[in-house]
Amino acid sequence: MSRNPLSLPQVRGFLKTERKDNWWIVPLLVLAGLGAFLIYSTWAAFQGSNFFVGSVEQPGVQQLLSPFYSPVLWDPNGIHSGHAWFGALPAWWPAWMFFSPALLILPFPAGFRFTCYYYRGAYYKAFWGDPASCTVGEPAFRGQNYRGEQKFPLIFQNIHRYFLYAAIVFIGLLTWDGLVSFTHYNADGTLGFGISIGTIVLVLNPIFLSMYTFGCHCLRHLVGGKHDCLSCSKHREGAYKRVTWLNERHMLFAWISLFGVAFADIYVRMCASGAWTDWRIL
Amino acid sequence: MTFEPSVTSSADATRTMQFRIWRGDQSGGAFQTYPMQVSEGMVVLDCVHRIQAELATDLAVRWNCKAGKCGSCSAEINGQPKLMCMTRMDTLPPDAPVTIEPLRSFPSIRDLVTDVSWNFRVKKKIKPFKPRKPDNADGSWTMFQADVDRVQEFRKCIECFLCQDVCHVLRDHHKHDEFVGPRFLMYTAALEMHPLDTEDRLKDLKDNDGIGYCNITKCCTKVCPEHIGITDNAIIPMKERVVDEFYDPITRLFRMFKPKK
Ligand code: SF4
Ligand code: SF4
Ligand code: FES
Ligand code: FES
Repeated sequence: MSRNPLSLPQVRGFLKTERKDNWWIVPLLVLAGLGAFLIYSTWAAFQGSNFFVGSVEQPGVQQLLSPFYSPVLWDPNGIHSGHAWFGALPAWWPAWMFFSPALLILPFPAGFRFTCYYYRGAYYKAFWGDPASCTVGEPAFRGQNYRGEQKFPLIFQNIHRYFLYAAIVFIGLLTWDGLVSFTHYNADGTLGFGISIGTIVLVLNPIFLSMYTFGCHCLRHLVGGKHDCLSCSKHREGAYKRVTWLNERHMLFAWISLFGVAFADIYVRMCASGAWTDWRIL
Repeated sequence: MTFEPSVTSSADATRTMQFRIWRGDQSGGAFQTYPMQVSEGMVVLDCVHRIQAELATDLAVRWNCKAGKCGSCSAEINGQPKLMCMTRMDTLPPDAPVTIEPLRSFPSIRDLVTDVSWNFRVKKKIKPFKPRKPDNADGSWTMFQADVDRVQEFRKCIECFLCQDVCHVLRDHHKHDEFVGPRFLMYTAALEMHPLDTEDRLKDLKDNDGIGYCNITKCCTKVCPEHIGITDNAIIPMKERVVDEFYDPITRLFRMFKPKK
C-alpha cells in the first residue's frame, strides 16, 4: 500500500497554533449547543411523562404530542395519551424494567444526526479535537494512530443512508402529529378544530426537520449524485438541483431543526406539567 | 514605476509592522523578525519582496503570477494557509507581528519554499481519463452542460496545495503513504463524475487513496482560494459512491443481478 512515504516531524502540540483569530469560538459553541441538546434530550426521554396534552380528559385543549415521544408505541402504565398505537404496555414487559416510549424510538433520529456528515465534521472537531480547528495541533497520542473513518469503529458511519430512510418515515409521523394538533376533544367526546401556539410549534417542527432531512448528502447522492448523467432524466436533474439547494444550507437547517425539535418538547412538557397554558388562537 | 518604499504618502496610510518569518531548511530553523513599512494596498508578498530587497537578500520565496492564479506563493500567514499574493495587509491585525511560515505538511527546501513534488507523484498514480467511444461519426462527443457543471467547478483548481497543507490527515497524522489529500480526492472525483469517462476508480479511492481517512472537517474547503466545495461536492459524493460499491448490502445485492456495463 505504501505509495509515497514522506517523513515529517510533528510540528505542533495539542491546541498549539500560530493563528491569531478566535478559532476556539466555533468549536466551543458546537460543544455547548450539542452538549446542551444531548443532556436535555436524554433527561426528557427518561421522564416517561408530561409528553402530551389534550386527551379526552382535557376537553378544549389542543392535542399536542412531544416529537421526542412520537410515535408512542405503548403508553406507560397509568397513562392514557390517546396516541399509543398498540395501547397499554403489554404484560410481557418485565415489571422491573424502566419504560419510556421515547427510548424505543429516539435511537433512529439520534443515529441520523450522529452519522450526519455535517454533525460528524462538527463533533470530531468540538468533542474530539480531531482537529479542534484548522491548523490547530492535535493530541500527540493520536499522531500516526489516526484511523479516521477508514477503519473500525468509525467505518460504521457509512450506515448513514439507512438512518435517512428512517428519518423520512419520521417526517411523515411528525407531519401527522402536526395535523392532529389542529384538533381537540369537546366535552361530549367529539373532535373539534382549533389552532393554538402549540399547533404552530408542532407544524413548524416537521417543516424544519424536512429542510434538514431533504438536504442530506445521501439523498443528494440517491436522487442524482450517483449518476454521471444528470440530464438523462428531467426528474433527476430537478430533484438533484433542489436537494443541492438545501444541501448548501445543511448546517443552518441542522441547527434550526435541532433547536426546533427541542423547543417543541419543552413547550409540550411545560404545558403538560401545568407551568404554561397552551394559548388558543382559534 | 518605482519600487521605493512610499514614505511620501500620508502618515496613516503607511505604518511599520513586524514580520516574523521562518528561516531554515530540512535540518531545522527559527523565526526571525523584520520590521518593514507597509503602505496602502500592499499584499503580504509585496512585504516579503521588500524585506528580501532591503533586509534579507538571501531569503528564499517562490512566486510567479502575483495574481492568485499560479499557486506558487502558498504559505502560512498567521497560522492560516493562504496565497501571499492575495492576502492584503489590511486584512491582518495591524498591531500584532505577522507570522509567515512555509507549508508545514511537506518537506522544507529553504525558508518559505517547500518541496511539494510529493503531490505530482501522487497525481501520476491516479488512473487517467478514459473516454467512451465517440458518439458521432466525426469522432466527437455530445455532452450537456448540466452534466459537466459539477466537474467544471473542480477544474478551477490552481494546484496551490493549500488544501493539502491544511488537511490534518497529512499535517498532523502524516498519512502521506495512505492518503492522497483533498486535492487528489477532488481530482479523482472530477474524472469519476465526468459523463464520458468509463474508468472505475472506486476501489482505488477506498484502498489506495484512503478516502475514509477524511473526517469531513472541511478545513480544505475553507482555505481553497478558488472557493471550490471540495468536501461537499467532491469528497462526500465520492464517499457515497464508495458506500454503494463496497459497504451498502442492498446496493451490492442489486448489483449481483444487474449486468455489468
Ligand atoms: S475535509 Fe477531509 S480532506 Fe478536507 S481537510 Fe478535512 S479531513 Fe482533510
Ligand atoms: S483545491 Fe483549492 S486549495 Fe486545493 S490545490 Fe486546488 S485551488 Fe488550491
Ligand atoms: S448528511 Fe446530514 S443528514 Fe445526511
Ligand atoms: S504568485 Fe501566483 S498565486 Fe501568488
